[in-house]
This record gives sequence, structure tokens and C-alpha cells, in this order.
Amino acid sequence: MTHPLVSVRDLVIGAVTDSGREVEIIRSVSFDIQPGEIVALIGESGSGKTTIALSLMGHCRPGCSIGSGSISLGDKTVTDLSEPQRAALRGTEVSYVPQSAAAAFNPSQRIMDQVIEVTDIHNLMPRKEAEEKAVELFRALALPDPDSIGQRYPHQVSGGQLQRLSAAMALIGDPSLVIFDEPTTALDVTTQIEVLRAFRSVMDHSSMAGVYVSHDLAVVAQIADRIIVLKGGEIQEVGSTRDILENPQHPYTKELLAAFDPVPFVSARAQDVERRKPILEVKNLSAGYGAVVKGVPNFKVLDNINFRMERGTNLGVIGESGSGKSTLARAVAGILPRYQGDVLSDGEELRADLKDRTKDQLRRIQIVFQLADTALNPSQSVGSILARPLHFYHGLDRKARERRVIELLDMVQLPSNMRHRLPGELSGGQKQRVNFARALAAEPELILCDEITSALDTVVAAAMLDLLKELQRDLGLSYIFISHDLSTVEAICDEVLVMYKGKLVEALPAASMSQDAAHPYSRLLISSVPQLDPDWLVNLEHDPEMIRAMDGR
Amino acid sequence: MIDHHDTPRGLRLPRFGYAFNMTGRIGLAVILFWAVIAIIAPLITPYPPGEIVDWDYFGPVSKSYWMGTDYLGRDILSRVLMGARYTVGISLAGVTLACAGGIVFGMVAAVIGGWFDTILSRLLDAFNGIPSLLFGLVVVAAVGSSIPVLILTLAAIYLPGSYRFARALAVNVNTMDFVTVARARGEKTGYLIRAEILPNILGPVLADLGLRFVFIVLVLSGLSFLGIGVQPPHADWGGLVRENIEGLSLGAPAVIFPCIAIASLTISVNMFIDNLPKKIRDRSQ
Repeated sequence: MTHPLVSVRDLVIGAVTDSGREVEIIRSVSFDIQPGEIVALIGESGSGKTTIALSLMGHCRPGCSIGSGSISLGDKTVTDLSEPQRAALRGTEVSYVPQSAAAAFNPSQRIMDQVIEVTDIHNLMPRKEAEEKAVELFRALALPDPDSIGQRYPHQVSGGQLQRLSAAMALIGDPSLVIFDEPTTALDVTTQIEVLRAFRSVMDHSSMAGVYVSHDLAVVAQIADRIIVLKGGEIQEVGSTRDILENPQHPYTKELLAAFDPVPFVSARAQDVERRKPILEVKNLSAGYGAVVKGVPNFKVLDNINFRMERGTNLGVIGESGSGKSTLARAVAGILPRYQGDVLSDGEELRADLKDRTKDQLRRIQIVFQLADTALNPSQSVGSILARPLHFYHGLDRKARERRVIELLDMVQLPSNMRHRLPGELSGGQKQRVNFARALAAEPELILCDEITSALDTVVAAAMLDLLKELQRDLGLSYIFISHDLSTVEAICDEVLVMYKGKLVEALPAASMSQDAAHPYSRLLISSVPQLDPDWLVNLEHDPEMIRAMDGR
Repeated sequence: MIDHHDTPRGLRLPRFGYAFNMTGRIGLAVILFWAVIAIIAPLITPYPPGEIVDWDYFGPVSKSYWMGTDYLGRDILSRVLMGARYTVGISLAGVTLACAGGIVFGMVAAVIGGWFDTILSRLLDAFNGIPSLLFGLVVVAAVGSSIPVLILTLAAIYLPGSYRFARALAVNVNTMDFVTVARARGEKTGYLIRAEILPNILGPVLADLGLRFVFIVLVLSGLSFLGIGVQPPHADWGGLVRENIEGLSLGAPAVIFPCIAIASLTISVNMFIDNLPKKIRDRSQ
């Protein structure tokens, strides 16, 4: 066997908390990376995957420091180098592709100047040569107009293109190791495919080694040769991609894989309830933003939406970003007043603006937002966040509120002492549970869930879905479940609406979504969901229908 | 949770305390010092502040007159101690009015938005365009100088700035999802500004209040310097500087000590607001 490109031995990374206590984030991690090999670091948030990836560049986030152990890259020992020596290494030996390319580009400089900045800093080649090389990389990454795209500004290209451009930025110095830090997590499924395809073809044609950090096993399966499963700063399991997927050993890996199997869903439609009016009926709904001229807003987002849902059933809404999914939820909730159409609940008309709705109508429909970070007031304790709807809708006194808050926390499987904490002191999954418990506090009949699992890790999201199903059984709720993740929708919904550019493209039964889809856009969306099969992306590239659909983008 | 360790509780307490650095502590100490002086001034002045006690004017620092004497031979120490009442008191009342008004209007404008916001903002912008000292001059000249008039004038001068600042912060918070959730719940404006917005803009707003306090001390001193602030025989610190400005060429301590008093108060207020105590919370607990 050849000498490994990277070897990490007994790496310990520590951090100091606000109160001066020291904690170990990474505990005695060792692994090797061979030249040309792509290794994936996989695990939930807080498992230390990004911390390890950054340490390969000799970098630690503020407050963290490498405690002991060694990292060597090629013939250099990163841990022994001084900061200027490490800086010389970055961009030439090892480079980094960040999670959010939009945040990594300077909005006021042209893309080309930023892409070739590395060659300038390290004096690698003259500017002209660097630009030619960049154009070559743009072409290899399948970017449109490779000759002129560099002259644009970052806001003039799409998110998926920007992510590929940030890869070009990382590759231009010919590094021997590239670190990809969740590069596709923030992208839609359809965009994710473009980016994955581009990364794969570039990595296949070069001899660079890669570290791919992700929490999504299906994505990792497409690109990595070997997978390292992390949890709590320790390695749980290491194996080739196929081994990990087909023959997982560690219970945590099994749990990760199990989160992928969609459990067939049967809604708890209450049979004993006589056929009542539908819980929600939407007729010719149109809504938009901007100044209203002659009753029609400048930017129309939703165009003539019609659907109805029965009590006790779940409705999924899928589509890529900008398709109007979230706007639909906002228009139903009255946050964004519609300008046309009707929304009926139990046969009762709901007014367009929530200011005109009665307290009881507001109580019956609750909305839960995607980002629990911004949906919970950071300066209120969990207890007072949950107590407010109890006081507001039900007028409970202090003692009854306290009791009910503990009950609600118990419902979402959180310990009762959590009520004294601030949202900033909870993990992502816990925050989302509190966010959901607040909606439950109102004792609603319909909950609009706007991408509530999208920001969560696979395992945490699966647990959240189980919780939703359980609560539905117990409380007879109905959900509208908005997501760009089809497997989530499949796992919890009876019927699925496909949205594209503000229009309802198709309504499908969730159980037979992939067979029944007739509209080309629905088919593209469904086939874009990464599968656990390592050959999935390759097979997809041979699918003529898929190629045609992708070309139009 | 039951603690099975035998560690005494006292040892674990610092984890949940407040972190308050030295700069902040010094600032707070000086502010408290002047506040106490303002309250107990009549008890500790060595001489009645309005009385001529020395035959010599612009007297030097001496055993009987610790800060020298002024242009009439009055004791500067007594006058600085009494001046603290006017400077600290008027400025504090002025800044409280200005910031309370500005913050409430700012949050209401951000939450209600639309025409209300536009009209209030343009109105206060126009008001902001009037130079502050000029406005003070006109008002005091028209109404006459008294302490309530001074306080209201100072508050009026600094309200638009505070409004702008609070509104800008509140507009940002107002777009957050948790405010949308509260709105979707059917909450009224009063609850939105009190429970959802105010706690999240409090930090910057307090820092702004501290800065504005300093400005008000300076404008009050400026007004007194022009002769339209606190009226003789009383004097705030700015007034003391004006009275004794001729002593500057003589190197008289009478002009230096009031300046030091103004500087010490304004600088320490800034030191304090930049280093407010921070609550320590350990997320892993």
C-alpha cells in the first residue's frame, strides 16, 4: 500500500465554554486518507465532523484548540507548523468548499477575481494563465457560459452554480486534498443533482483526494469511496461505502440507515366521526407580494390554487424553492392576505387577513415555521413561550399554565426542567419540538408545517416524524406538510400536491407517488431524490428522460 | 436533579454569576460616586456654594480651598459638588424622557408600519434637521429658563435620534418568524412591542441610552456656557466652566476642575455601557 496522503492520529480537540469549563469535542480520532480517495465524514450536528475537517487545514474555530494528537498531510505535519506555514498550505495543498457558497462570496467583486485570488496570494501563476485555468474548471464543472460567467457578480448566478463556482475556487490551486463541508445541504433536490454530478466528474478526472462532510447518507453514497461514521466526537464505524450501506455493524449506523426506509403511512382518519365538512377547502386561491394595483399585487406568487382536505388526513406540498409552497401556507393562515379566492374551514369562510378572523378561527389553524432558531423568541424561556398561547386562547391561570406546559413538554418528549431554559440553550431538534409544542398549546385542528424537518439531521428528523404521527393518533390532528424532501412527505402524508412556479401541477396519492406521477416536473422531482444505492447517480445519468429534463435548467 | 457530589455549593456558584470586567466596574463606580454626591451634596459642601469666601479671585489649590476659588472668590469644590445635582439630575431626567419616548414610538412605528410609520418618521426626521443648540436657544429664549423647561428641551432634542435607532432595530426584529407567529396567534400591538420586540433590542438600546446621556451632559453644559442653562447663583458644571473661562489664561484651577468633572462622568458612562455585566449561562448544564 502506498503512503497515505493524510494521516490523523489520536486527534483531540477541546473547547472552553463561557464559564471557563473545558470540554473535549473530538476524542482520540485516527484515520488515513489515501491519495485520490474520497472519504465521507457523516454524523449528526455536534458530532464533530466539520471540526475534524477544518483541523485538516490546521484551522480551529474560535474557542477551540487542538489538544493533542497529530495530523500529517503529505510530508508535512500540520499540527507542528506555525500559523504562516499553515496559511501557505491552504489553497495549494488543501482547500475548502464551504456549506453556504452565497455567504462565502464577496457580493461586490466579480466571480473571476475571487476564483483566481488563491493563485494571486500564493504567486502560483500569472493572471492570464489563472483565468484560462478557471475557465477550464468552469467547463469541467458544467457551468453555463464558462467563458463569460467569471465576469458576473455572485448575485447574478443561481445557488447551485455558486456552489460549483466555490468548488472552482477551491480547485484552482491544484490541492492534493479538497474538503467539502456539506456543499449540497442548502440546495433543492433538483439542484443538488447538478452539483453532485459536477463534483463527481471533476473528482473522477483528477487525482485529488477529498473529504466530504455531510449528514445525508444518500448523498455521500454517490460520491465517497469510504465512509467514517461519527457521533459525539468519536468514530463509530469506518468502512467502504458499499459495506456501510449493505452491512452496517454499529447500532448508530443502522439507525441512520433505518431513517431512510419510508414507513408506509396510514392516516388515523377517525372512522367513527360522521362525514363532516372538509377541514380545509381552498378555491381559486391567488396571492402575491408588492404594491396592490387594481386589487392585484405586483408579484403574483400563487395562481388559482384549488384543493380540499378531509379531517384527520395529511396533505403534503412539494416543489423547489420559489415554487410558492410557503406562500400557500401563509395565505391559508392569513399572514399574507390573498387577493382572490376562498378559504373554508369546516364550511366556514376564513377572511383573507388574519386581523379579521375570530380568535377561535385563529386557534384552530396553527402554523409552525421551518427555522426554530428564528421562530422562538431568544429572550423568552421555553416555559413562557409555551405559556403564552395557553393564556391567550384558553385564559388559564398561572398554576394551570405551569401544569399544562409540563404536559406539553412531555407530549413532545422533552424533560419538564427544559421550561427554564432559553431557546439558545437547546439543540436544533429540541428547539423544533418546542416550536411544535407551542402550536399544540393552542389545541388546534389543523397544523401547517412549513419545512419543519428540513433543518434537522436524518435521525432527528425521523424521530420528529414519528412524534407527529403519534400526536395525530392521540389528538386527531390534521397536518399540511410542506417540504422539498419527498421521502419525508411520503412518510407522513395521504395526498401530495406538486407545486411549480406558483401553480398546482398535480395532486397524487402519497403511497403511489412515483408510479402515478404524470407531469414531467413531478417526475423530475421524484427521480431527483438521492437513493442509498451508490450507483444511483450513474444510472440516472443514463436515463434519457432525466437528461432531457436537466438540460432545460 | 440530586447532586451526589460532596462539593460545597459555594464552589459551583460562579458559573451562574455575572461577568463584569474591570473597565465596566470602574465606570460604574465613578457614576455611582457622582450620583451619591448629587444626593448628599448639601451635607458635605465645606462652604455655602453661593457665598464669597475668599478675598482673592482665581485662588490656587490650598488647604482651605481644595479646588481653588472662582472669579468672585467662591469655593469651587462646593460649587462642583452642588453642580453635580444639576448636571446629573437634569441629564438623567432628559435622557430618560428622550429614550423612553423614542423607543416606544420607534417600536410602535415598526410594528404598525404603513402610513403611521411614514408620517411619524418624516415628522421626526424634519425635527432632527434643526441644530440642537439653536433649538435650545430658541425655546429657552421664548419660554424662559427653568429646570423643567431645560429637561423637556433636552428630551425633545434627543428624541428623534433615539426613535430612529429603536425603529431600525425593531424593524429587523419585526420580520423574525417569532413575531409572525405571535401575530398569527392574534396578538395586539401592545403585547408585540412589550414581549416580543423590546427584550430583543434592549442591549443596543441601553448602549444608545448611555451615549445619549453623554450628549445631553455636553449640550446642557453648552447651554449653560451660553448663559441659558441653569441660572445663577446656581451653576452646573458647564456653567462653572463658562463663569471661570477668563481664568484659563491665569492657569486657574477654577476652570480645570469642572472640566475634569464633566470628563470623568461622560467617559465613565461610556466605559460602563460598553462593558455591561453579562450573564453567564452554561449551555451544557
